[in-house]
Amino acid sequence: MNFAYLNKMESCRDPGTRLYSTSQTTVDSSEVRTFRALAHKWWDEQGAYAPLHSMNDLRVPFIRDNLLKTLTEHQPGNPLSGMKILDIGCGGGLLTEPLGRLGASVTGIDPVDENIQTAQHHKSFDPILTKRIEYKACSLEAIVEENIETFDAIVASEVVEHVTDLETFIRCCCRVLKPGGSLFITTINKTQLSYALGIVFAEQIAGLVPKGTHTWEKFVSPEKLESILESNGLSVQTVAGMFYNPFSGYWHWSQNTSLNYAAHAVKSTAQETTVSAELVQSGESGTPS
Amino acid sequence: MAARLAACRGRAGPVAALGRLRDPCRRWSGAQAADTVYDVVVSGGGLVGAAMACALGYDSHFRDKKILLLEGGPKKVMEKLPETYSNRVSSISPGSATLLSSFGAWDHISKMRHRAFRRMQVWDACSEALIMFDRDNLEDMGYIVENDVILHALTTQLEAVSDRVTVLYRSKAVGYTRPAPFPMVDSSPWVQITLSDGSTLQTKLLIGADGHNSGVRQAAGIPNVSWNYDQSAVVATLHLSEAAENDVAWQRFLPSGPIALLPLSDTLSSLVWSTSHEHAAELVSMDEEQFVDAINSAFWSDANHTDFIDSAGTILQQAIGLLKPTKVSARQLPPSVARVEATSRVLFPLGLGHAAEYVRPRVALIGDAAHRVHPLAGQGVNMGFGDVSSLAHHLSMAAFDGKDLGGMSHLTGYETDRQRHNTALLAATDLLKRLYSTSAAPLVLLRTWGLQATNAVSPLKEQIMAFASQ
Repeated sequence: MNFAYLNKMESCRDPGTRLYSTSQTTVDSSEVRTFRALAHKWWDEQGAYAPLHSMNDLRVPFIRDNLLKTLTEHQPGNPLSGMKILDIGCGGGLLTEPLGRLGASVTGIDPVDENIQTAQHHKSFDPILTKRIEYKACSLEAIVEENIETFDAIVASEVVEHVTDLETFIRCCCRVLKPGGSLFITTINKTQLSYALGIVFAEQIAGLVPKGTHTWEKFVSPEKLESILESNGLSVQTVAGMFYNPFSGYWHWSQNTSLNYAAHAVKSTAQETTVSAELVQSGESGTPS
Repeated sequence: MAARLAACRGRAGPVAALGRLRDPCRRWSGAQAADTVYDVVVSGGGLVGAAMACALGYDSHFRDKKILLLEGGPKKVMEKLPETYSNRVSSISPGSATLLSSFGAWDHISKMRHRAFRRMQVWDACSEALIMFDRDNLEDMGYIVENDVILHALTTQLEAVSDRVTVLYRSKAVGYTRPAPFPMVDSSPWVQITLSDGSTLQTKLLIGADGHNSGVRQAAGIPNVSWNYDQSAVVATLHLSEAAENDVAWQRFLPSGPIALLPLSDTLSSLVWSTSHEHAAELVSMDEEQFVDAINSAFWSDANHTDFIDSAGTILQQAIGLLKPTKVSARQLPPSVARVEATSRVLFPLGLGHAAEYVRPRVALIGDAAHRVHPLAGQGVNMGFGDVSSLAHHLSMAAFDGKDLGGMSHLTGYETDRQRHNTALLAATDLLKRLYSTSAAPLVLLRTWGLQATNAVSPLKEQIMAFASQ
């Protein structure tokens, strides 16, 4: 039951990641269509995206507290003030807006045009968010060149399980991240349990998620993710399991990462980058995807 | 599309020219530019509403938020503390004092004037039964403070955060428009407030602190259970016959209603006498000497005693004495009243009310807008301050989590916390009022024994005190 919901949300969130980018893209164009139809439902807290709304109870403090650790002092009321954050696969802006309210300048990107329109519309009523948030309908790859080492933090929440080429995706993340910057990822693990609940139950049996929302093959285990991150010069700080209770509608942190999990990685600072660049290159040649 | 939206964003400030553009995006921006969007608007600047604005104004997570307090009346400036005490006083629990301290208002109160009480004696006019609340270590059980003094302290503290909290005096909201429940409509998602001068403003969260006839509650369509008691309360400032320590709050249950004497100073006490409408009207119109006699006799007379109840009470008292030979607090005698402060007598009708819900999307009710209670337990304003404390806590957490302040997830948390507490108090107060409104022997016997037993069982008494001091 919970997985059904999880999948639904996940699927909704990430379609963004892969849409059209001209040359090379990690966006899966077949999934984009699924999400287009759901674009207007983003801000219904009780609706299809309810689990994504309540996931904010975990992921916002997770991102906030890990970023605050890197600051010596912060402005009360605007703890993330001065930080530039990239929210990849922002969907309707469910996570983008809270980060903006905390004072960060956030760029939200999503390949689904309708999602960006929804997000844009929603924030337009709020004079503060209007200033702090910028949305773009595009893929990550499309903005890499003009944003090298621009962001203090990148958020890819419920996105990587929809990405066609995770290696390329992480490499792009790394390039736009400032040295010492943080990458936050939440996603679904590749386990028998996630197959049974996320795909078989949610899509085939209960019909809670449209068939084809998720492809189990694209799910990522924390170990795999960690190795890709490390090989790109991102050192993993935290991996924490998340559990969704479909009856209460709330998320809880958990020791168990067999379903959903969150990860925080930090890009190595200047001196180490030369070393990690070599690692990246060897990683590239060594692990064909 | 992106470019168009960006252009639209750039224009959000100036109002001009946005209206005629047909692009829906611009239309929204236009509507928004016309009104100021507040994060929180508190409607009603009484004790509870002003405390709410203060609590948020001094919260570090609200440092960057826009808060507005709407008050229908003029700004009350107290240049100098008047010599005469006001007849409108509140019993402030230690919990409420903690809240007031948290944003610095209590400092002003203690520099002006307030009176701590360390004991409370409650007893029955129809029997010898009594209950005495006190603390072993002579801690304060509560404070009697004039409402004007509390409001002055709150106003002073609000002035110090005027960059965050705007206070509009003499401004009354005449209409509230709540957003449509559908998230994708073209209209504004905020609550729109129309003021009596025709101007409008918008807020992400509207807090109704506008009293028991709350306009916010009606606009939100929240049902309210209420009834009027067949009682009015008479308040007055009284001079005692002789100067005394005067640190006890006295309350006696007469068949017509409870009468309470609350300490103000060594020589002054405040009266709150709940009684039938006719008797109340009589009390405020009779001459001063008669009035003083009526008070003294209400506290001292044994006219309602019957031999049967007295002996039944004595039997239980003796039984308790055998089981628990140590001390069961003895009855003390209240001070006698010498005269009443001229023109301090006022009456007001009493009632009970409770809102079925305290919150709706983008709306929360606090204080009398959510619950109206009989003054017999002295809990009215403390319940309101308890609401303030709880709502401020939930909103502070929500702000630190970057949440939309009008969202239901944290508002529901506030409602759950407070309804649990408030309904219990409301029901207990109503039950006491009814139980003590009779002189029928079986009920008198029941309450006599009940009060005596409660008085003898310390853990139970401590529970009651802990609950009442929140």
